[in-house]
This record gives sequence, C-alpha cells and structure tokens, in this order.
Amino acid sequence: MSENTKLHPNAPERAAVQEKEYTILNLGPTHPATHGIFQNILKMDGEIIVESEPTIGYIHRAFEKLAERRPYYQITPITDRLNYCSSPINNMGWHMTVEKLIGVQLPKRVEYMRVIIMELARIADHIVCNAVIGVDSGALTGFVYLFQEREKIYEIYEEICGARLTTNIGRIGGFERNFNDAAWEKIDKFLKEFPGVLKEFENLLVRNRIFMDRTIGAGPISVEEALSYSFTGPNLRAAGLDYDVRVMTPYSSYEDFEFAIPVGTNGDTYDRFMVRQQEMWESLSIIRQAIEKLDKISDKTTFHADVPEFYLPPKEDVYNTMEGLIWHFKIVMGETDIPKGEVYHAVEGANGELGFYLVSDGGRNPYRLHFRRPCFIYYQAYADMIRGNMLSDAILTLSSLNVIAGELDA
Amino acid sequence: MATLESQTIIDALEQQFPGKVVAVDHPYDFLTITIAHGSIKDVVRYLYNEPSFSFRFLTSCCGMHYPDAPQKFAMVYHLHSFTTNFRIRLKAFTNEDPPVFPTLTDIYKGANWMEREAYDFFGFRFTGHPDLRRILNMDSLEGWPLRKEFPLEDPFRKDKDDAMFGR
Amino acid sequence: MVEITKAPAGFEGPGFFATSLDKAVGMARKNSLWPLPFATSCCGIEFMATMGAHYDLARFGSERMSFSPRQADLLMVMGTIAKKMGPVLRQVYEQMAEPRWVLSVGACASSGGIFDTYSVLQGIDRIIPVDVYVPGCPPRPEQILDGVLKIQELVQNESLRRRDSEEYKNMLASYGIS
Repeated sequence: MSENTKLHPNAPERAAVQEKEYTILNLGPTHPATHGIFQNILKMDGEIIVESEPTIGYIHRAFEKLAERRPYYQITPITDRLNYCSSPINNMGWHMTVEKLIGVQLPKRVEYMRVIIMELARIADHIVCNAVIGVDSGALTGFVYLFQEREKIYEIYEEICGARLTTNIGRIGGFERNFNDAAWEKIDKFLKEFPGVLKEFENLLVRNRIFMDRTIGAGPISVEEALSYSFTGPNLRAAGLDYDVRVMTPYSSYEDFEFAIPVGTNGDTYDRFMVRQQEMWESLSIIRQAIEKLDKISDKTTFHADVPEFYLPPKEDVYNTMEGLIWHFKIVMGETDIPKGEVYHAVEGANGELGFYLVSDGGRNPYRLHFRRPCFIYYQAYADMIRGNMLSDAILTLSSLNVIAGELDA
Repeated sequence: MATLESQTIIDALEQQFPGKVVAVDHPYDFLTITIAHGSIKDVVRYLYNEPSFSFRFLTSCCGMHYPDAPQKFAMVYHLHSFTTNFRIRLKAFTNEDPPVFPTLTDIYKGANWMEREAYDFFGFRFTGHPDLRRILNMDSLEGWPLRKEFPLEDPFRKDKDDAMFGR
Repeated sequence: MVEITKAPAGFEGPGFFATSLDKAVGMARKNSLWPLPFATSCCGIEFMATMGAHYDLARFGSERMSFSPRQADLLMVMGTIAKKMGPVLRQVYEQMAEPRWVLSVGACASSGGIFDTYSVLQGIDRIIPVDVYVPGCPPRPEQILDGVLKIQELVQNESLRRRDSEEYKNMLASYGIS
C-alpha cells in the first residue's frame, strides 16, 4: 500500500505501525465468505487484523434518483430490492409513509394482517442471518435445515401476492386481495411446525461448545460506540440497548401486542445470534396474537381502507364501468392529487430502523425520497469492530451484522 | 420516561441562539426547525449535551437540492432523543456552490458515511470531515447524481433512442 | 434408485462401444459442471434457495461450487452489476480457463432490468459473452435450474473444435478479450 493511501481515521499512528512488516490482504468484492459484495483491504499482522479499509458501492443502483422519477405506486418495487431478505417490511414501510402523507387511517383488521406478514418477513430474514452464521462457523447442517422452513414462508407470500422474494406485497391503503383459505392454512401449519425446527436448530448451536468458542468475543461493540455509530435493530440490542421502533414509535397497531425485546450484553457475534434467535420466538408469538385478534373481529372481508383516490378499483369495475376505468388510469398514471409536505416514517426492519424521508411537492413523483438504510449506517463501524480480531472472526462479524448489499448500496 | 414538549425546545433554542432559529414548523407532528447556516453545529452540539434533551442519536442526515428556490441547497438532520423518545428535524440552507457545512463526525461517529453520501450525491463539502471521498459512485464519475439537472438514465444505451417512444 | 446418465448414440457390440469423442466428452462435461456463483443481490438469495434442500441443484451434478475462477466451468452471474463492478466481473471471466460458459440470471444481469440508471451496467453482455439468459426479477429457482439445464444442453452438443475456431476468437476479440 502506498504511503499516501488513507487508512481508517481512527487507526493508530503511522510511525508506530510501520515498525513491523504487515501483509495486505484484499478481501472481496467477490469473495464467497463475504455473502455479498463488499471489499475490505485488510492490513494483517499474521492472523490479526491491524486495520481495514472498506469500499462499498459495488451494486449502487441509484434508488433515490430513480424514486424521483417514479409515481408513488411504482416505488414499491424499488423498496423490494432494498433488503431483499425481508421485502414485505420495506413494502409496508413505504405504503405507511404514503398513507401518513395522504392521511389515511387503516381498519384494524388490515393492520393486524400487515403485522402477520411483517413478522413472517422478520423470521425469514433472521433465518438467513443465523443460518449463515452457522455456515461461517462451520455448521452447514443448520443452513440446509432452516432454509426448508424459509421456503414455507415463501409459499405463504405466494398465496397472498404471487411472488416469492421481491414481493411487492400490499397496496397503498391495504392489500390487493383478502388472504385466501390456503394462506391461512399455510400460516397455521407454519406456526405449528416451525417452533420444533427452530428448537432443533437452537439445540444444535446455542450451547455448542465449538460454536460458542468461535462466536463469543468475535467483533464486539460497546453500547456507547453502537449508539454513536447510529446502530439500530438487533445489532444495537445485542450491545445492550432496548431500542425498538415497534415500541418507541408504534405503527400498524403494534401497541396492541405484548412482546419482549431481547437484549444482549457484549454486542459480540454470539449476542447478535441470540438476539435474532429470541426475536424469532417473539415474532411467532406476535403472529399468534394477531390471529387471535383477527378471530375476535367479526368482519372477515375488509382488506383495504376506503381510499378510492389511491387504491386501484377491482378489475370487474375497470373492465365494465367508465368510472372504474378512469380511476384505474388516474392512479396508474399518478394523476391523483397528493398533498405537499414532508414525512418521516420509520419501521423496524429486520436489520433496524428503516426510515423513509419523503418530500412531496404535490407532483406525481416524490420531490425527494431518502431511505434511512440501517445496513449502510452500521456497516461503517465494521472496521472498528474487527480491529484486533482474527480473520475468521471478521468473517463471522460480517455475517452476524447481516449486511445486505442491496440495502447497503441502495 | 420524561416527556418533552416542542415548545420547550423552541424556547430553549431561541434563548441560547438568538436570531439563529429561522423557521419552525410541525409537518405531520414532526418538529422541524430551520437553523441559520452557520450555527447548525452549535445547535446540534447543544441539543446533544443539554441533559434534559440529550439528542444522542443521529437517525439520518441527507442533502436536498432546490434548483428553483432562493436557497438552493439544504442539509436535513433527523435527531432522536431516546431518554424522552422525541424526534426532531433540523434544516440548514445555503446558496453557495459548492455548499459547505460543518461536519458532525466529532459528535456522532455515524455521521461519517452519511456525510460522505451527501458529498457523493450532491457535492456538499464538510469542513473537518476526516475522509471526504465518494462512497457509492465510482471515483471517475463526473457531476453530482442527485442534483436535479443530472440525467437518470444510462447515456450509453442506444435501444431507447426512439423519436416516438424513447427519451 | 440411482440413475446414471444415458450413453450417447453409438455402435455397440459384445465387449465394445464406439461413439465419437465429441459425444463422450460432451456427456462427461455436461454432468460435472463446476459453477462459480457470482451472486451480487436479490437473485443470489434465490440461488441460495436453489442450492438448498428444497430445489437441490446437486441433482444435476453441479453441487460443487468452485470459488476459484481457474477451476470453474460455468460463471453464474446473479444480480445487478453496477458499472463499478463491471471490471471485476470481466477480470473473473478472463481468469477462467477454457472451455467456459456464462449463465446470466435475472433481468438485471441480462439487461439492467428496472434499473435504467447512470450507475448500472445495462446487461453483462456489454462486457462478456453470455450463453444463456434467465429472465425474471428474480427468477424462481425452477427457472434457474432450467437455465443450468440449457447450459448443459449447450455443453453436451458443443464441438471440441469450437473454441479453436476463427469465429470464436473473433467473438472474444469483439469484447476485447484475447
């Protein structure tokens, strides 16, 4: 590395560093162990990382610019591709932002349905993260086993919206259709079968001496540092702060639910794994509560709010009536009146506070849409977290942070 | 959990920084305060240190570009106080080009990449930033992509050059 | 029951079997492709599902991922390739030994997809030659499997001399790859 290359600002003084011979190791951007495309140039003292310099932007797709040229409806597919492990949370976060802007109150039934889908998405996301932590510490079994359950969540999505991964689920004002019987059956089946599988997965890893040795103390972060780096979500909670958007600024009727917020103490890989693990149990409990609450609501047919200006009319009306066709056309072309104003709405994404800062000038497209992407914000602490750790710890730290390239690079 | 009223913050800021609070607004129940360009860092530092506020969490910060407005550029900061669960939005406008803002990296470490992003997209300069480089785009990119005049589409694409249906 | 792949057409008699070398090599290559997953975004997650127990790419002789380009036969590009990533992709392709095949999975890799933006490469075929395109955003695992099967078909039927032909060399030269 040349003399004038800038390493991390918090790095030790250069004079002290240069007394020894160091190895420069280029990790990424296509290294299989990084699960995504991040480049880290590591300065190694044997197996110990002295410094690292991350480079990102390898799949920068210009979401924010693209959003300035798309009507509100067409931004939902863009949000799908932010954190593609849990697209429904992003979709609904965006819909709620627009609903806040236009001032729509959703029926309770729709909000509970949203909660079910969002918590399923959280489970799906945590499955990826925790299974991959297992893989990186040498246990492939859990991955193969848990991913089968993930397919079942995909099947539920398919019943509801027809897609698996990039779901584009829901509409501004609710859902595009009511959940059918098959979807409810699959949710019930999942709720019955998943706890057993999750328990087995826990038995495999949680008290496994090898797993504990490899993860405890790997990539720790103190709560002060985490706060200063604007950590949110499971990574902040693993460091010991119980900040959860679902509790602090409830949305979609989360205030009606009883659930615990798991917190860790050391903020290391093991704590992050355990926090995610516990959150899956809490999510299951939230889904059960939501189903109970839905059972108590006598209305079984409402699946969207009454917002004809934004909610696409049913196809029978579009094909058979003039008004239906006009509304459909107006909505699709983004010609309905949108109020001017600025809104910030945050949801608890699987990785932390996913915020949408929307500035509307009344036009068909947002004037500006800024995504607060948790991955982007906490990945900058990575260099600090792995300093002094071994290379294998750095890999585990990366997978336990659950950095999703789509959300990182936007 | 202590509660905080918007008016308390507004009064405190007006008392501490007389004449620096340019505008106050509550769009969708979200306290939004516009601060004079030069004082933004002092205000943030005050809000961070004042025990009854302790806005210790930088939710996000991002640039804005209003090509037709008298003040063309703005930085928007979202702060969050966990002790009182209160969110605040601060804005600072400027008209110079390139726009220069003070860095917040010595208050919030997380501001580092957010400010690099604002530099990358809008060309904002941050005085005192330790490492102001492009972050998402290629170093060779010319121009500032999120400014309104920058074209969205890939200029090398030929199949869309159609007089009737193309761009 | 284990099913072994069918023998190619040829002459058979007591104690001997004769076929052309092309066909024998094609059969062997077809069923032992080592893929190099170049997964960048969403399609990569669907690829994980394809590798998982439910869809199981291993049924087609491709379970052995080769993360070294030198030892890979099939480059599977899955996900958006930004212009910043383009040179990396090209370098990976150049490092692969002949014969090599490229599978472009998903709309982004094939054409840029919905991201017609200043930062996204509008299709990887602008920098490297592609054998099979898989449409979809993202494609279902079945579609990815279908793409691999299409590649297997190409592999099976490829003439041994194709890679030495002038036509092939000119094609590579048109991408600036020597």
